[in-house]
Amino acid sequence: MKWDEFFVTGEPMIYGAMVSIVLVSIAIVVGLTYFKKWGYLWREWLTTVDHKRIGIMYIIAALIMLFRGGVDGLLMRGQLAMPENGLLDGQHYNEIFTTHGVIMILFMAMPFVIGLMNVVIPLQIGARDVAFPRLNAVSFWLFFAGAMLFNISFVIGGSPDAGWTAYFPLASIEFSPTVGNNYYAIALQISGIGTLMTGINFIATILKMRAPGMTLMKMPMFTWSVLITNVIIVFAFPVLTIALALMTFDRLFGSQFFTMANGGMDMLWANLFWVWGHPEVYIVILPAFGIYSEIISTFSRKNLYGYKSMVYSMVVISLLSFIVWAHHFYTMGHGVMVNGVFSITTMAIAVPTGVKIFNWLFTLRKGKIEFTTPMLYSLAFIPIFTIGGVTGVMLAMASADYQYHNTMFLVAHFHYVLIPGTVFAVIAGFYYWFPKLFGFRLNERQGKAAFWTIAISFNVTFMPLFFLGLKGMTRRMYTYSESTGFGPLNLIASIGAVGLAIGFIMLVYNIYWSFRYAPRDTTGDPWNARTLEWSTHSPIPEYNFAIVPEVHELDPFWEAKKTGKSLFKGQYEEIHMPNNSGQPFILGMIFLFFGFFMVFSWWIPTIIAGVGIVIMLAVRSFERDHGHHISVKEITKTEAKLRGEGV
Amino acid sequence: MLLAVFSALLVLLSGCSSLTVLDPKGPVAKTQSGVILFSILVMAIILLVVYILFVFMLSKYRASKAAPDYEPPHEEGNKWLEFTWIAIPVIIVAILSVVTVRSTSAIEKVAEGYENEKPLVIYAASSNWKWHFSYPEEGIETVNYVNIPTHRPIEFKLYAYGPISSLWIPQLGGQKYAMSDMVNTLHLLAEEPGSYMGKNANFSGEGFAHMEFEALAMSPAEYEKWVDEVKSTASELTEDEFNTLLETKHVGRKTYTSTHLSFSPAPEGDNAGHNHGGDSTDTEMDHSEMDHSEMDHPEMEHSENSDHSSHGN
Repeated sequence: MKWDEFFVTGEPMIYGAMVSIVLVSIAIVVGLTYFKKWGYLWREWLTTVDHKRIGIMYIIAALIMLFRGGVDGLLMRGQLAMPENGLLDGQHYNEIFTTHGVIMILFMAMPFVIGLMNVVIPLQIGARDVAFPRLNAVSFWLFFAGAMLFNISFVIGGSPDAGWTAYFPLASIEFSPTVGNNYYAIALQISGIGTLMTGINFIATILKMRAPGMTLMKMPMFTWSVLITNVIIVFAFPVLTIALALMTFDRLFGSQFFTMANGGMDMLWANLFWVWGHPEVYIVILPAFGIYSEIISTFSRKNLYGYKSMVYSMVVISLLSFIVWAHHFYTMGHGVMVNGVFSITTMAIAVPTGVKIFNWLFTLRKGKIEFTTPMLYSLAFIPIFTIGGVTGVMLAMASADYQYHNTMFLVAHFHYVLIPGTVFAVIAGFYYWFPKLFGFRLNERQGKAAFWTIAISFNVTFMPLFFLGLKGMTRRMYTYSESTGFGPLNLIASIGAVGLAIGFIMLVYNIYWSFRYAPRDTTGDPWNARTLEWSTHSPIPEYNFAIVPEVHELDPFWEAKKTGKSLFKGQYEEIHMPNNSGQPFILGMIFLFFGFFMVFSWWIPTIIAGVGIVIMLAVRSFERDHGHHISVKEITKTEAKLRGEGV
Repeated sequence: MLLAVFSALLVLLSGCSSLTVLDPKGPVAKTQSGVILFSILVMAIILLVVYILFVFMLSKYRASKAAPDYEPPHEEGNKWLEFTWIAIPVIIVAILSVVTVRSTSAIEKVAEGYENEKPLVIYAASSNWKWHFSYPEEGIETVNYVNIPTHRPIEFKLYAYGPISSLWIPQLGGQKYAMSDMVNTLHLLAEEPGSYMGKNANFSGEGFAHMEFEALAMSPAEYEKWVDEVKSTASELTEDEFNTLLETKHVGRKTYTSTHLSFSPAPEGDNAGHNHGGDSTDTEMDHSEMDHSEMDHPEMEHSENSDHSSHGN
């Protein structure tokens, strides 16, 4: 391979990206050296097995990916703002909508949700960490390696360009001969393995590590949603693993699973992809439902209405999520029977989802509603998401779907579901749990200004797309002629996208300003909340709870505050904690190189890296690491300090 | 505010003929736009209920209106209320299911009132990035445009010489995939003469955005005239010419007096991709794995078979 094929050339924007990547990397290295922070970075972050820090790293990565994916989105809207626009050429546009989709779903929504899970779940169930802290670090570093590998494709070798669905035979070596789709197959595989391990880890954590007295039906709703989500992960992700493995074989080793000739079956890919892909939608939406449940209940000052039906409805949604996949391709030529059955199962999801909407509305009833920033996002979710939901029911009707399929109507629908559903939720959760992590609240006035900008711009951006779809505009077209009449609505949508960008910049400024100037919170419970995570100090000590709390009710902390009884009974005892380790990070980096070499079919380096992975696994198998103990004296000291008492 | 926006949109929708999908020119598209408008109406009612409750809760129960010592009550839920908001959606979904199944079955066969007409079969094949239309009955072939007679059912037989694409003529009816390894049947019918936008709706690579064609519906007499004209003016489509066409990325309109079906048949019957009809026994053994995977989709096989049988009619 020649150098000019190795690096992506000929695009001023990509040169700009290369330069900025190099400059940022230099700045980071110089900064770390100048402030003597290399040791700090290694000791406190790269080797950490603490769920809170891993959660924070997930969230930082997700925020960066939100901006990467957001810039992709902006470029797409820029290109489509006018008919026959020349901002991007066809190839570049195809790469950008592909990476926009992959990054937003797999490297933004997923890690943001997993990050919040990491931060909150052990705290919410009164545990000191997840069940397998070291595995948790491995999960993060595999996700990170996958995300980095995927992003490198932009400047080295070219990005995937067959859509985030990578339908065959388009994604086969015959029609996509560049390495772009190799990146897709391998980067997703690496981070997917990490996600699968997260799934196992959190199921074990939630089932085995709850505080005494917290029965399943006394778990907070977010914990419930995360438990169900992880069960979905464990069932759905192996399908993706298999599909990607077959794709890798097809692209690198000449097998013919999905290709056009020799009996390959393109429809098999579409089925495998969506057998994973549809549950994936619920993997990012159910935790959002959990987050909203917590926030709406907290700021209505009421317990969650219809707790049991909320739990059952999530269980039903998770089951249904596995039997609706064919609605992504009604137009593939199924008979009336198949399309009819999948239409009905799909529409059936509206029932449990409706139950949730009404339960949230009735949680508000007779409440004492406070309009804080996280609450604003949660409230805005209800009317906007409902539009996404009802248009989903419209799409579910097979006969009508023949007209919506592949159009902007569909694009509008899933943005109406995923943005108010997942993105608003993770931002709301971020605002809500931020003071727990950092000990201060984000400024409310700035937060609300950002909220209104984002919420209004969102509708300006995506409402016109419903109409564009009905006008006959298909998705993924990089240009259109003026005679189509798509121009004006597209321009409105693009203006909205600029508004969204401004809103997100306001959000970042909000974080920056608050880090510098926001008043510190000393109570550990700035929102007057209800669940266990608020009963410990903020920032949280390494061991979370000095004494493991005892739970008798749903919303135990609220109960404790009302009755004046303490959740924490007994004396301090020695706490057993896991040791930090550099191995997960090193393993992740080896995976990154392994994947990179494989993308380019450089087999000898690939084998060397592969041997490295095996060695790392062997080292871990023979290692004896029993963790460490925190003495009572040390706990007493930390607790006194966190209560603000002199030592 | 959202409510106002949405109701304004609804007014726009019902009276707006610039929305191609809601401006049908044939029975298939009419069925579909009917289903769409009906579902919009039902959804608007649901939205209205949610929005009224939402506005009511937010205006009545805000902290700024409550007495400072007001303590919100503890509520577990209410059996009857919860039953209501399960039962009503179930009824709505049931109604929509009936509408869906009936309309889906209606558009998968010759439109009502035209059962006695002999359908015009047109093979529509996509290649990067063109559409080839073969009229086996007339023995002619066109590229990037299709002429059809009005008031006669059209049976498009869809397949691809490349990535999955999707043939869509919104004003005549919804789309269906064209794939390399099987043939799909799309029933369309035009009741009004006119020029309609046709396109590939499914992303198929670099030239996808330009993969449009004109579907021109004309009276049966004009159609006959056009066929005769083609036969007297155009030339034959040779295998070489066809292969050159396949390899060229973009071409304009073309017209021929023979079809490619004789030397490059559609993937149906013995030629279907995953039936391995043309392969030697060896290859068939090699791909026994794939046959198993097909067995997971008995419905798909079935629908394909029924496609074949309907073609035989």
